[in-house]
Amino acid sequence: MIDFSSFITEALQLLILLLAAPAFTGWVKTFKCLMQGRTYAGIFQPYRDIVKLFSKEVILAENASWIFRFTPYIVFGVTVLIGGIIPLISIDLPLADTADVIALVMLFAIIRFFTALAGMDIGTAFGGMGSSREMTIASLAEPAMLMAVFTVSLGANSTSLTHVVQVMAHGQFVLRPSLAFALLAFIMVHLTETGRVPVDNPATHLELTMIHEAMILEYSGRHLALIEWAGMMKLFIYSALGIAIFCPWGIAATDDPIAMLAGGVFLFCKLAVGGVVLVLIETGLAKVRLFRLTEYLGSAFLLATLGMLSFFILE
Amino acid sequence: MLIIILSISLFFAVLLAFVGDWRYAPEINIAGSAATFAAGVALALQVYLHGPMMGGHKFFFVDAFNVYLAVLTSFVSMTTAIFSRRYMRLEREHGRVGHWKMRFYHAMYQLFIFAMLLALLTNNFGVLWISMELATLSTVLLVSLYRTPTAIEAAWKYFILCGVGIAQALFGTVLLYFAAERVLGVGGDALLWTNLSQVSSQLEPTVLRLAFVFLMVGYGTKVGLVPLHNWLPDAHSEGPTPISAVLSGLLLNVALYALVRCKVLVDGSTGTHMAGRMLMGFGLLSILVAAFSLLRQKDIKRMFSYSSIENMGVATFAFGIGGPIATFGALLHMLVHSLTKSAIFFTAGHAAQMHGTQEMDKIRGLIKGNPVVGWAFIFGAIALVGMPPFGLFASEFLILTATIKDAPLLTPLLLLGLGVAFAAIFRKVQPMVTGLVPSWQTPLKAAHVPVLLHMTLVLILGLYMPRFLSDWFHLAVGILK
Amino acid sequence: MTLPLAAQINSVMAALILLTAFGLLIQRRILGLLHLFAWQGFFLSVSTAIVGYVTGVHHLFISSLLTLTFKVILLPYILYALMKKLKIRREIESMVNIPGTMLIGIALVIFSYHLTSPITHLSNLVTRSTLAVALATVMLGLLMMVTRSHAVTQIIGFLAMENGLFFAATSATYGMPMVVELGVALDLLIAALIFGIFFFHISTTFDSLDVAQMAKLKEED
Repeated sequence: MIDFSSFITEALQLLILLLAAPAFTGWVKTFKCLMQGRTYAGIFQPYRDIVKLFSKEVILAENASWIFRFTPYIVFGVTVLIGGIIPLISIDLPLADTADVIALVMLFAIIRFFTALAGMDIGTAFGGMGSSREMTIASLAEPAMLMAVFTVSLGANSTSLTHVVQVMAHGQFVLRPSLAFALLAFIMVHLTETGRVPVDNPATHLELTMIHEAMILEYSGRHLALIEWAGMMKLFIYSALGIAIFCPWGIAATDDPIAMLAGGVFLFCKLAVGGVVLVLIETGLAKVRLFRLTEYLGSAFLLATLGMLSFFILE
Repeated sequence: MLIIILSISLFFAVLLAFVGDWRYAPEINIAGSAATFAAGVALALQVYLHGPMMGGHKFFFVDAFNVYLAVLTSFVSMTTAIFSRRYMRLEREHGRVGHWKMRFYHAMYQLFIFAMLLALLTNNFGVLWISMELATLSTVLLVSLYRTPTAIEAAWKYFILCGVGIAQALFGTVLLYFAAERVLGVGGDALLWTNLSQVSSQLEPTVLRLAFVFLMVGYGTKVGLVPLHNWLPDAHSEGPTPISAVLSGLLLNVALYALVRCKVLVDGSTGTHMAGRMLMGFGLLSILVAAFSLLRQKDIKRMFSYSSIENMGVATFAFGIGGPIATFGALLHMLVHSLTKSAIFFTAGHAAQMHGTQEMDKIRGLIKGNPVVGWAFIFGAIALVGMPPFGLFASEFLILTATIKDAPLLTPLLLLGLGVAFAAIFRKVQPMVTGLVPSWQTPLKAAHVPVLLHMTLVLILGLYMPRFLSDWFHLAVGILK
Repeated sequence: MTLPLAAQINSVMAALILLTAFGLLIQRRILGLLHLFAWQGFFLSVSTAIVGYVTGVHHLFISSLLTLTFKVILLPYILYALMKKLKIRREIESMVNIPGTMLIGIALVIFSYHLTSPITHLSNLVTRSTLAVALATVMLGLLMMVTRSHAVTQIIGFLAMENGLFFAATSATYGMPMVVELGVALDLLIAALIFGIFFFHISTTFDSLDVAQMAKLKEED
């Protein structure tokens, strides 16, 4: 039978994702300004930026193909879809059965694929450079991500995300070195995928140092609004994914509204703390040279593999 | 008696640390080694008359196998001390060693003897490891005594490679303790040879197999088995000659002793001949690689170091074959090789001193220049390559007999190795002893006694085996079944 | 402390020791190496102390204290003082590239797990699962010695190997007999003295501590 309450949960989660993602980005930027002793523009500045961009005119290059025009919509849509899979406030999601963590990684790959193509579409030098860098990094980051995710799935005996979260939330308190390694690897991949320091400085305006920003240099107007919004949602999703897998306590298991409210409150508190940690990492580390990124990502892969080996050896 | 034999060398080590640069320090060194030898002979008599004995709360154990090695060690160290007296005096005159180095040299010499005797006489596998490591450590800085770039390189390689190797042996010892603990209970008793040899069939075979691999890598590095032999030619050729003599003659024997004790345990536990086969394989490989390497040598001490590797390979191979003939041959080989190799190093050392270089192309006319050194050298070389009537012929003949009997397919390989070594050494030695005296040769007062003593013993052993010696060996063979 | 909790903490310590072993493999700066080595010694002594506490084998406390003194405090300090005296501050380059070294390291971990699994099945100790980690640490120390060309890092690799061996003794058998452990500690101390002296000799003779310069003893010349 069709269970409406779980659909409502799903819709609620998507709504939270759409509306709260810019706030999370705003929180991160605000705290960063606080740490660096600058005046901050407020948590709601990203909202103002998106609204501003929607009202602006779209400028397209003459040789832009359909890929360039459709990519923002594809990216936005897939990001929203991913948001529907990850348990944010509740585990009871009907869409969750359609995709497990491996498919999740594939969905991120789709976003990356189209963005890279769009970067090369116009034919400018910076776009192509950004695309090639992005693909290189992705080819190293994806194995690390998969390995970290496998390590966690080993513990839960399943790759379905809701199942993993359920096992983690209701399991006993056991000191598991494999999870610690997987968490470290996941953090390193998170920084890579969302384009934060030490991989890529999101606030840079020097095109030669850009990786992600270089691919979207040519966008304007509502296209840029959608892509920026999708980028904020990606940050939100990755952080929420990490929280859901590694510290999921407080997440609602049923569609009881009180439990979901509690789940929501827990989520926001954890995200706030996560934002603080992110800013501390960003402020404390320096950007790694591009050529050293292979070592950085190699270490992430190493940590994840160590986690997997620890699972077999020590547990 | 046990405590006496060990404490003498330890006492002299400490003494010489303070007085090592006196005028009569070499004589004190000789006195210490002679006292150790006397104690060793007394110990051997005790064991010969009364059978194996334990001492020091089961800490030490003396049976026929290790007491004969202990006597050999103390004997060769005594004769080397006699040789070292003349040799180091000359080195001091040439200015290659100063005050502190002499003190250090003499103290470490005695400490080294102490470590070797401790390794031979202890009952505890853990202490065996500790004393092997101590023996290595006490000689590392002696190899680099002359502080030349090559000497430091040799000592560094020695330190690192032997350190790594012996760390593997420690892991093997841990695994051995693990297996022993299950049968003998927790505590120091579980590492005692006397207990382990009795319960060897009850020890877990899988664990002991793994342990033996590590022990083989570890102690095999110290024996100089190929492919873990890279440190040996460098270390044995760079230090002062007395040190090369004791390293080649004695330390390799002690390492082989440790390896053979482990092999007895492992073969007793697994019931197969796995350990023996491994020893055979590595031994044969060492013989062949070393023999062929001998052809390319230019430095005299380096050449004889490769010859040490080859001879240790022969002994290892023989221990691997097992059985009474091969084991008897191996024991005899260890004995005569020690004596021959140290004698050769004595003469080679003097030859190098006379010519101011160790390169064989520059050494000529030894017989004309210094007849004792020259003739001793050629006879030493003849003995080393295994010509009758010297002792090495007897031991190699026995080993060949056992090979034809137990592993006939390997006989051609063994013969090949021995033959190539024969040709290689002879090819190099012959031009060195014959011919006119070159202009750069300086005369010196050589140490005659040690060389002549060793060569005489080797000759006697080649012709006639004294009764007590063959009894001894038979007892040892019985232990190594 | 209950037995399962102690086993878990021990596993965590083992994982951290393995992590520091990998860290030593990929770290480029010598000061970083010293810190990592000190941390490894610290985790090792904590692990030994926990095992001693839970199993009642009291001489492990002495071993733990010895490890703490030597490997966490004394040896890193000696190395640091040596480095200051010899004025070594720069980075070191390894011979094999770092991602390649990492992959070989992972392969070694899997290999040591495979080697020690029969023993792990046989053992009935609390600490049996950590024997694979101990052997892996030994092998990683070995790998570090092979891939590095600086004398100080080779020595640190050697000491890391000894750490692994000590850990193996605790995991397989609740520690070797006291005599043996004291002897091993003594040997290590003498080895430390010797390599300290060595650094001076190498530095004065070769004017650098690059081991690759010491390759003159060969047959050809």
